[in-house]
Order: sequence, then C-alpha cells, then structure tokens
Amino acid sequence: MIDAPFPRTLSGPAGSRPRTRIAPKRLMIYAALLIVSVYYLLPLWVMVMTSLKGMPEIRMGNIFAPPVEITFEPWVKAWSSACTGLNCDGLSRGFWNSVMIVVPSVVISIAVASVNGYALVNWKFRGSEVFFTILLFGAFIPYQVMIYPLVIILRELGLMGSVWGLVLVHTIFGMPIITLLFRNYFASLPEELFKAARVDGAGFWGIFLRVLVPMSLPIFTVAVILQITGIWNDFLFGVIYTKPDTYPMTVQLNNIVNSVQGVKEYNVNMAATLLTGLVPLSIYLISGKLFVRGIAAGAVKG
Amino acid sequence: MSGRDRPAQLLRNLPAKLAALPMILTALVVFIGCSLWTVVHSFTKSRLLPKLDFVGLDQYDRLWSTPRWLVSIENLAIYGICALILSLVLGFVLAALLDQKIRFEDGFRTIILYPYALSFIVTGLVWQWILNPDFGIQNIVRGLGFESFVFDPLHNPDQVLFALLIAGLWQGTGLVTVILLAGLRGIDEDIWKAARVDGIPAWKTYLRVVIPMMRPVFATCLVLVSAGIVKLYDLVVALTNGGPGIASETPAKYVYDSMFNKQNLGQGFAASTMMLLTVLIIIVPWAMFEFRGKRRD
Amino acid sequence: MLDQTHTPAAALAGLSVSIRDLTLSFGSVTVLKDLNLDIGNGEFLVLLGASGCGKSTLLNCIAGLIEPTGGQIFISGQNVTWAEPSARGIGMVFQSYALYPQMTVEGNLSFGLRNAGVARDEIARRVARAAEILQLQPLLKRKPAALSGGQRQRVAIGRALVRDVDVFLFDEPLSNLDAKLRAELRVEIKRLHQNLKNTMIYVTHDQIEAMTLADRIAIMKGGIVQQLAAPLEIYNRPANLYVAGFIGSPPMNFLKGRLENRLFKGAITVPMADYDFTTAPTDGEVVFGIRPEHVALGAAAETSPIRTEITVEVIEPMGADTLIWTAIGTDPFRIRIDGQTRIAPGDRLTIGFDPACASLFDAKTENRL
Repeated sequence: MIDAPFPRTLSGPAGSRPRTRIAPKRLMIYAALLIVSVYYLLPLWVMVMTSLKGMPEIRMGNIFAPPVEITFEPWVKAWSSACTGLNCDGLSRGFWNSVMIVVPSVVISIAVASVNGYALVNWKFRGSEVFFTILLFGAFIPYQVMIYPLVIILRELGLMGSVWGLVLVHTIFGMPIITLLFRNYFASLPEELFKAARVDGAGFWGIFLRVLVPMSLPIFTVAVILQITGIWNDFLFGVIYTKPDTYPMTVQLNNIVNSVQGVKEYNVNMAATLLTGLVPLSIYLISGKLFVRGIAAGAVKG
Repeated sequence: MSGRDRPAQLLRNLPAKLAALPMILTALVVFIGCSLWTVVHSFTKSRLLPKLDFVGLDQYDRLWSTPRWLVSIENLAIYGICALILSLVLGFVLAALLDQKIRFEDGFRTIILYPYALSFIVTGLVWQWILNPDFGIQNIVRGLGFESFVFDPLHNPDQVLFALLIAGLWQGTGLVTVILLAGLRGIDEDIWKAARVDGIPAWKTYLRVVIPMMRPVFATCLVLVSAGIVKLYDLVVALTNGGPGIASETPAKYVYDSMFNKQNLGQGFAASTMMLLTVLIIIVPWAMFEFRGKRRD
Repeated sequence: MLDQTHTPAAALAGLSVSIRDLTLSFGSVTVLKDLNLDIGNGEFLVLLGASGCGKSTLLNCIAGLIEPTGGQIFISGQNVTWAEPSARGIGMVFQSYALYPQMTVEGNLSFGLRNAGVARDEIARRVARAAEILQLQPLLKRKPAALSGGQRQRVAIGRALVRDVDVFLFDEPLSNLDAKLRAELRVEIKRLHQNLKNTMIYVTHDQIEAMTLADRIAIMKGGIVQQLAAPLEIYNRPANLYVAGFIGSPPMNFLKGRLENRLFKGAITVPMADYDFTTAPTDGEVVFGIRPEHVALGAAAETSPIRTEITVEVIEPMGADTLIWTAIGTDPFRIRIDGQTRIAPGDRLTIGFDPACASLFDAKTENRL
C-alpha cells in the first residue's frame, strides 16, 4: 500500500479546458455552409421576389432585389387566366388534373407495392425472387425503351389519354422502388411475429391487414411522401399519356412558360412555377426527416 | 383441408401468388416484354406506325450518321462525367461539413435538399430566369459597372452544358449529400477515436480510412446519379429545349422527338435501344459486384 | 416395425406427438435426417443443442411453419404433416415474444380465438382463465410496449394457453431475459406444466433449463438426435463423446489412452473392473472421461480407488466452489472443489476418483463403451 500523503493538486493543467470563443476552423465550416446555402436559396428567393413584382419594375430592376411595390396580380393570373394554346383558364386546370392523377396513383401504387413486399418476404413462392430481380432491374431501364409499347397497350385498353391510363403507368413505374421499400421494411420485422400470427390462424390477408399494416404506419407515410412528390413532379409520362385537357400541372406549366407566342410575363411565369413547386415543397418541409428517411431507405439499401 | 394430403403445388400459397400478380405482370409484360418489343422494332423501318418490316441495322446506320444524335451522345458524355464527378465531390464535401457536429444541422440539410423535392421543370424554369441575359446575372454584374461582362450560357452553344450543370447540380446534389451523410454516420465512432489516438489528421483519415470504408455507399450514389443522367430529359425541355440550335440535345429527347414529333418510330426505337445498352453497361458490372458481395456474407 | 403409410391408431396410443422419418433439406443442405421421435401425453421434452443443430427447425416443422421434405408428423393421433399451423392443436411461444405491438394484452390473447370464430363469451372466459393463471389481470388493457420483458413472455405463454391445446411448443422462450428473470420464469413454466399436465416441447441451448425442466432431453447435433433420455441418465451415462462434452459445466475431462483387458492405460492407469460396460469390452483406443465434480481432494482422495498427483496451474474461485486447472499427461484436466479450500498455483495435490462414476468412449466411433 502507498501510505505517503498524495498532494491535492499537482502543477500543470487541471479541470475543464479554458475555452476560446470560436475556433477559426469552426468559423470556416460555417462560412462555407453559409455560402452554399446562398447558392441553394437564391432561386427560391428570385422566384418569390419576381412573382411579387409588376412587369414595369421587372424590366427596370434587378431580379434579386425585393419588390418596391408588392402585387399579387401575377399569382392570380397564373392560377386563373394564364394561357396555354387556346385555353386561358390558368394553371388551376393543371393543378386539379394533377390532384386527380396523384391521389389514385399514390393509393393504388402503394396498395399494390406493399402487398408485393409482404408476399416477397413472408410468402416466398417458386420464382418470386426472380420476378423481384426483374422488377429491380426495371427500375434502371430507361423509360424511353418502354414508352411506345405502353402507348399501344393503353390504346388497346382504351385508357390512352385518360387520367386512369396515367395512373396505371405511375403504378407500374413506381412499383420497383416502393416494393423494395416495403420488402426491406417487412424483412426487418421479426419473423416470429408472422409465425405467431400463423399459429393463431390468421391467413394471408389477415396477417397483412391486422398485424403488419397497423405496425407499419411510418413506412406507409414514407411511401406516400415519396410517391406524391415523384408523381406530382412527373413530366414525361404526363406529356405522353394524357391529352391537353388532362395535362398534369408540370406539363401545363412548361407550356405556359415556354410558349413562344405573346409577350413574356416573367412575373406570371415565376408565380406559376412557384405554384407548381408548392405542393412537393410543402410536403418536404412538413415531413422533414421522413422525406430524408424515404430517399435514404430507397437508395442505400438498393 | 385434411392434414395428410399434400396440397397441389400450383395452389399452394395461392393468395400470395394472386397478390403478386401485378408484380409478375409488370416484370414480364412491361419490363421484359416492352423492352424486347422496342429492341425488335428497332430493326424495322417503322415510321408513323410500328411495322415488322425488317431492315437489319439500317436504323442504327442512320442514327450514327445523324449529327443531332452525335451531339446528343457527346452532350450526355460531357454532362454525365462532369455531373457525376461534381455531385460526388461536392456531395461528399457538404456531407463532411454537415458531419462536424455543427449547430443548425437540420436547417442546413433542409436547405441543401429542398431542390430535390422540386421537379426538373420547375428547376429548369427558375434557372432559365436567373440566367436570362437581359434580367439575370449578366444584367446585374453589368449594372455593377462591368459593362462588357458576358455570361449568357443559354444562348452560347459552347456554354449551354454549363447552364445544365448549374441547374442539375442545384437540384440533385442534396440527394448525394444526404446519402453520403447517412454513410458517414454509419461509420463506427471508434474509427475516429483510434485515428485521433494515433495522431492522424482529419483530412487524412477521410481520404485513407473513411472514403474506402464508404465504397458501397459511393457505388450506390454512382448508380443513382448515372441512372438519372441517362434519363436527362425534363430539365433540358424546360431550360433550353435543346437549344441554341441542337447544342443541348440529349438522347432521351431525341427518342421522344423521333417517336412523337417526327413520326419516325424506327429512329426512336434504335436510339432508345442504344440508351438501354448504355445503362446495361453501367448496371451489369455493379449488379455483379453487389451480388458477389452478398454471397460472401 | 410400424407400417409407415397406414400407421395404426394403436401404435400412437399414449403418444401426444410422433415424428416418423422426418427429413428436411434445402437444396443440397440436409437439416434434418430421418428423424424419429415419440413424445408421450403430458411429457415435458426438451430439445437441446448448440445453435444450428436443427432443434428450432424441428420445432418449426412440428408447428407447421416449415414444410418437411419427407416423413410424417402426428399430433394427438392425427396426421398433421400438411396441416395449417392453426389446425394442429398446438400453441407456440417464441424467443422474441412476437406479441402484436398494436394490440392490447387482451387483443393479443384473443387474436387466435377471434380468427377461429370462437363465441365472444367463450373468448372472454378463456382469456380470464389464462390471465388468472399467469397473473396478467392488471395488464389486460396495456400494449406490449408498456410491459417488462418477463411480463411480455407471460403474455406470450398466455397466448398459447387460451388456445386450449394439447401441445405447447416453446422456442427458446427465456433466451432474451436476464439471468434473474430467467430463473424465475423457469420455475413458473415448470409449475405450469405440473398444473396443466399438457405435452410440452421446449427448445433451448441452455443445459440448466434442459436439466431442470425436462422429463426427457433430446440432445441434437447436425440434425440427428444424439441421445434421448431422462436428464440424470444423460448426465451419468452420456451416449457419446459429444453429449458428454455438451452436458455439464465445466465439461467432462477426457484422457486419451488404450483399453487392454479392462485396464485403461494412458497418462495414468485405471482398472475398469467396476465400470458398467454397455457391451462386452474389446481392447483398443479409447477416451476416458471423468467429470470435474467427481474428482476428490484431501481425505476423500485418500479413500478413492484411484489416486494420482497433479500440480495446480490456475485456480478460478467462484464462491460456492473453486475450479482447479491442471493437466494429466498432455490432456487438460479440471477439478471442481469446495469454495473454502485454500490452495495456490504450483501446489502439488493428490486427487482421487471412482472409475464407477467415469465414462469410457471408443476413440473411433466416439460411442459409449
């Protein structure tokens, strides 16, 4: 045993380290992130500012400057009276078309894909993995390879040009990623839960609807977010499989802004652009972490 | 059902098979069937309507002697390489910055990722406005006193890809950042402690230890970004519509225009088959790598 | 012999579960091979083995959760080889509890009965009875997330209980619990079995659970039952080297040597005249086994039939007893002695044991001699 008395404090540093106010390294990190943030926020700022100005002010001034005189005229015009071709009822038509497309597409594609994921995890049958592999490969096949034959299929089914045709297309092309999402989620649930439900006499649908779905609300939310943004933002399928009456908002927006006729009304164009971006943007801002989780889940585990 | 009889093979798991029918049909009819249909029809001289009137490789000969297709391919290659490198490098730098236990991390991440929620159409139209020579950046800089300043990529065939890159990276880098950030977070905290104890500087730890450990995450990003690049279409339509002239045409746009504007289906089929081939060249090695990796586990 | 295709009811009399020539293979990998097992009414059978030995797979086959490649399974005289799990008259308790997280305890207990279309008052009666037996009454309205590990496992047992079945299947039910709770629930399961007198088949890798609970233990390795016997029989007369090494902690000491005319010749020489040979012994290479707790020290050693001297290498005091590590010849040797004995590494000790307590195995076949 050491019996010598131990001094209470020895010379040299003791206790908590004296803090410098802000380390220069940290300062650089924040500066870099701030510059990046400006680059990312600039377009949003310009959109909002331009959409609140009158055309005379735009012609004179600086697109980054805030409006001297705020006007909501461009928003009203973009929504209700901007012209595409002969139609002059504004983007509202495209907005409602998009709603009519997105709602059934999201519901049907998620219903189908979640059942796929469930069957793939819990009720494997001969060949199920093969079909799934093909499905995943399908996610990487350029759409351009499949669009024309799908035109023929939709025409044969009598769905070409209708909202329901586009719903079918979105269900098909959303299937790989959403099926993967659900398959990975269901595979992460304990298999014993499924076994317990079988011993309890629940069947294919009973286990799915009464045991798995109630405990899978987060992943359903992620899928809904992913699908709403994806389908709302679609342009290619909208322009191919619908006709001017049923064009989704993105297609109508492009037609308004990039039309070659007439005088360019930049404020109306920016208001229209903002209006189109507003739906996915609000979903993104409201859902926050779930959105991130959705793209990470869809991507990393792929 | 009596317990002693083995149920018929086809009827076993019947509800599962019925429920998977949409998936089976999608896989077989759309992904395989439609792709094969297009490949087969690329060897025909279909114009307004698809016809099984085989002409060998004529469509491909014509495709590869069409200046617009050659420009499209060149554009895709240049844009693709630049976008790939820049989005991975910038994405990683941003992810590493966000990983420094900073304040407002959620805020910064929200800002970097929000463009990803917007469509390419919206992205293209905003940047078209910002790059507008009469009102946008060029006008502002001139207003500051640099009268001869020129920055008009949308109307300069040599710079138009630059405009596409600015807009494309603005929209897509956030995704790469978020995925790489998740990858960084997945790295064992003890690695950092060990490096600190060994006295290895942070940048060296990233370069020699962390990045090699994140190879699968980088591979995923690579595949995702590449797949997006090959499909590049909406952004071009909104930002430049292929102009000036044919300076910013892309293969996807070539396919669409051949099929739906020029009534030249055969060209569209041949061009899309070339796109499929490109993707297979990227995907197949990756899939084999992944598959081998999984088998090792 | 039994008629395999039309097993007469008489052959199944008194049996609760009967497994005939069960084979299971995935592709070229055979998990279970021609397995036969008969379990009597009200018997508590433990399937014991290291992970990957096929014990859980066998249980899943009995439950109908994995389809066998060949063979038959009878439960209560019925051929249930291809029957749905819910139609087999079994209840099952899982390692991870597998409670439905969105349902209350009551909902968990009644889910199976509701699926079977049992009348509502009958459900209420059975749930109440199970809750009473397992002291779950105050928890009935709670969700599983609000329960402790031990409570969750009791609910899982209750879920099997309400089904009013003849056979209970337990798949490592205590493995997720800490040591103290495990000991408590072990006794509770034993009490349950004594009261209900159901057939229970219990899978575990824990030999203490197996020894304390089982009427009979089936030790499995590589999809084959190595020995099926009462716990003490397995402890005293292990059928082969694997079983001898698996049961007992610390495991049995093994000394290599030759058997010549009922005399074991190795690093030490032991006359085996008092040993109870299973068959008439032939001379050859053998392994001599003696359990660490059957080795005596001090005064007891002096009176033992066999004595030898060893040098203490390492000691591990564990309180109640102390483990001495040493070697006889080149074979490592462990001795378990009373915890109060004072010894130190380097001590020379005389040890002794009785060959009647030992086991002899054929070195080639590894089977008991």
